[in-house]
Amino acid sequence: MAAEPEERIAIESDNDVVTARQRARELAAGLDLTSTDQTLLATAISEVARNITTYAVRGEVLLSIVRDAGPPVREGIRVVARDKGPGIADLELAMQDGYTSGGGLGLGLPGARRLVDEFDIETAPSAGTTVTLVKWSRAR
Amino acid sequence: MAVPILKQGPFLIASIQAALTDTDVLQLRDDVMSQVTRHRSRGIIVDVTALDVMDSFVSRSLRGIAMMTRLRGAETVIVGIQPEVAFAMVQLGMNFEDVQTALDLEEGLALLQTQEGPADGGS
Repeated sequence: MAAEPEERIAIESDNDVVTARQRARELAAGLDLTSTDQTLLATAISEVARNITTYAVRGEVLLSIVRDAGPPVREGIRVVARDKGPGIADLELAMQDGYTSGGGLGLGLPGARRLVDEFDIETAPSAGTTVTLVKWSRAR
Repeated sequence: MAVPILKQGPFLIASIQAALTDTDVLQLRDDVMSQVTRHRSRGIIVDVTALDVMDSFVSRSLRGIAMMTRLRGAETVIVGIQPEVAFAMVQLGMNFEDVQTALDLEEGLALLQTQEGPADGGS
């Protein structure tokens, strides 16, 4: 899986959350991701980027185009959302639907996972959190 | 960007024009609540046709607006949820069951008018 150069969006305010998902949609529109897949990806980015502003105050979102030589040949968008915030003490708990420590609905992480094709999260208390998402185009 | 809210008879119509930041959503909530009080509105339409993303925060906030206005005796109808947005909301796991929705502004107004009932005078 080859990745092309990244675009970085600093996440410091709720405005940046909107910018990150709009930039991802623009990137995805240049590939052959369907409009529905673009919407799912944009929604997932909104969730993980908001986690940054809610829990870590600031962080960044990195966007890159990934290509899989296959078969099947496919391309997609990889999103890395990372911060140096407090980290997640109990990851298993945080990945459960309905659990929240931030006053929300507890759908952010488990919901984002359902919206994308690949989901990975690395976190440690006081070391920050890195969430990696990939949304692939449909196989041709 | 602030969401314009128009008064139409006993109803308010809030038409979202562009992507909403969290701050915009909270502003909308406050504006709707104050205008419902000022105009003694019986119903509110929130038109989300322009939204290409409704994440858990926006969905929760709109649901909150519907709950709050109901406590003030006014029903809220969310109209114009795009098909792809609806798909994403279901995948996300959003529960929107207790919120009234309609296809578009016209359908939403018709729904509110039905609920007003004939015995209400409608002055």
